Amino acid sequence: MNKSFKLTPYIFLLPAMVLLLVFFFIPFFQTAIMSFFDYTKEFYNPIFVGLENYFTILKSEIFIKSILNTFWFLILCVPFLVIFPLIVAILIDQKIKFDNLYKLIIYIPVVVSIVVVAIAFKWLYQPQGLLNYFLGLFHINSVPWLTSPKVAMASVAIVTIFKGIGYYMMIYLASLTSVPKELLEAAEIDGAGEIKKHLTVTIPHIMPTIALVSTISSISALKVFVEIYVMTKGGPLNSTKTIVYYIYEKAFESLDLGMASSACVILLILVMGFSLVNIFCFEREKYGL
Amino acid sequence: MKHIKGFFIHLGLIVLCIFCMLPFLWLTSTAMKGASENIFQYPPVLIPKYPTFANFLRVLELVPIIKYAINSFIVAFFTVILNLVFSALAAYPLARMEFRGKNFIFFMVLLTLTVPFQAIMLPVYIIVLKMNLVDSVSDTMGYLGMILPFCVNAFGIFLLRQAFLTIPKEIEESAIIDGCNSFELFYKILLPLIKPSLSVLAIFTFVGSWGEFLWPSIILTKQELFTLPVGINELQGAFSADYRLIAAGSIISIIPIIVFFLLLQKHFIKGTNEGAVKG
Repeated sequence: MNKSFKLTPYIFLLPAMVLLLVFFFIPFFQTAIMSFFDYTKEFYNPIFVGLENYFTILKSEIFIKSILNTFWFLILCVPFLVIFPLIVAILIDQKIKFDNLYKLIIYIPVVVSIVVVAIAFKWLYQPQGLLNYFLGLFHINSVPWLTSPKVAMASVAIVTIFKGIGYYMMIYLASLTSVPKELLEAAEIDGAGEIKKHLTVTIPHIMPTIALVSTISSISALKVFVEIYVMTKGGPLNSTKTIVYYIYEKAFESLDLGMASSACVILLILVMGFSLVNIFCFEREKYGL
Repeated sequence: MKHIKGFFIHLGLIVLCIFCMLPFLWLTSTAMKGASENIFQYPPVLIPKYPTFANFLRVLELVPIIKYAINSFIVAFFTVILNLVFSALAAYPLARMEFRGKNFIFFMVLLTLTVPFQAIMLPVYIIVLKMNLVDSVSDTMGYLGMILPFCVNAFGIFLLRQAFLTIPKEIEESAIIDGCNSFELFYKILLPLIKPSLSVLAIFTFVGSWGEFLWPSIILTKQELFTLPVGINELQGAFSADYRLIAAGSIISIIPIIVFFLLLQKHFIKGTNEGAVKG
């Protein structure tokens, strides 16, 4: 083997590695470094303050509220995104007519930009909008969808759920093909009803996929931003301010890069935790581990 | 019994489909109501009494939506091409060669998957500014600033690595006996064999890039370079008095991606699980 042959793998890897270095690894460490500096006095000459930003941020009421809001949002949307698409996938998997048409329509919100979905829902959520009209038909009082601090986060979660159903449904559909038909038939012969059949056979069989959907939907819930930016801007009364929204405001509105970076590090730790569980427990095969 | 079960399944799915279409139908309905029709009418009217395309024409006249779509296309197209090239190049040695530091590189790439872009975007923003990759320098630099931070993605590297791993060793060996060097082997023999995975990567990268909002909204300063999500969000401020125009602009903006989806539906359905790449 000559020397040029040994260089070959590195030549192939070079472009990707350079780009990852510039747009991932350097920013990754720089975020941590920036979180130790104070940018508020002199933006171009930040002062080293050690862990000061972390102390300040963890005492900041708004940041704590942002973290709690983010987890509240996660609790509102993850159970739905885990269970509802599974039910839909099982229904579509029943060898029914028009199954492809159903899949197609349910998948459309996934490909449409979240900005448009959020604008569409903002319109539905108007005080005299379509949703309140429907509620009125059932003699239910109008809901202040985006104007009440109690309801706003749930309204945002509905948009996220709406956009996610089709995506997770497809993941479930792929895993449902691996459920052995004989087991389902055996359960039927044993007299299990439709629902019991799936609870005892299908669900245990696709447990790894259910776990996968739980972690990936949790990760995207922790990163929620666009829905909120388009619909509520974090309001009313900070009730929809999440971690990423907090970072956005601190960095691009107050230019307080130190505080924003320490919030970034906290977000990073939270998301990394979920991601590592995901990669090493549920997706080993995909990454060839 | 069988019929009753089927009836309820279809009923449930039809209700869900209506729910999935409702926000877009209501937006379309609003966009097609003329100035003479009250869009806050009670009870609401789904089918406009005097349907009109005037709002669509007016918003196209007032806002360069076509230009936004072209910008989105340029950014998405080059993001896809660069992702395919760089991911395939990096995936090949990680799948089929032995070399020093392979495990280290493998885990470094894996690490990037666990870190959300939002957590590192501030330094990325500073780096992009320092490299002059911004629209205030020139349009090309503006496009590059939107493309380069996303032109390699660990999901893509792993997806293609898995595809390379499934190719039997014999194919590679016989090509080497025929006198192929590593580069010829890569683009003449192996790359054509992983076309299905390349198309999955292309489609999901395209949709992700097309819908991306946060990054372009941070770095763009010139309206001429706005991508669709950024431009459509701006409609809200520009036409806060008339939701008809916001609705019309939004509906126009989703036509290209829906056509793209309908044309390539089979790949989407096949690829969701394999790709599992989400914006």
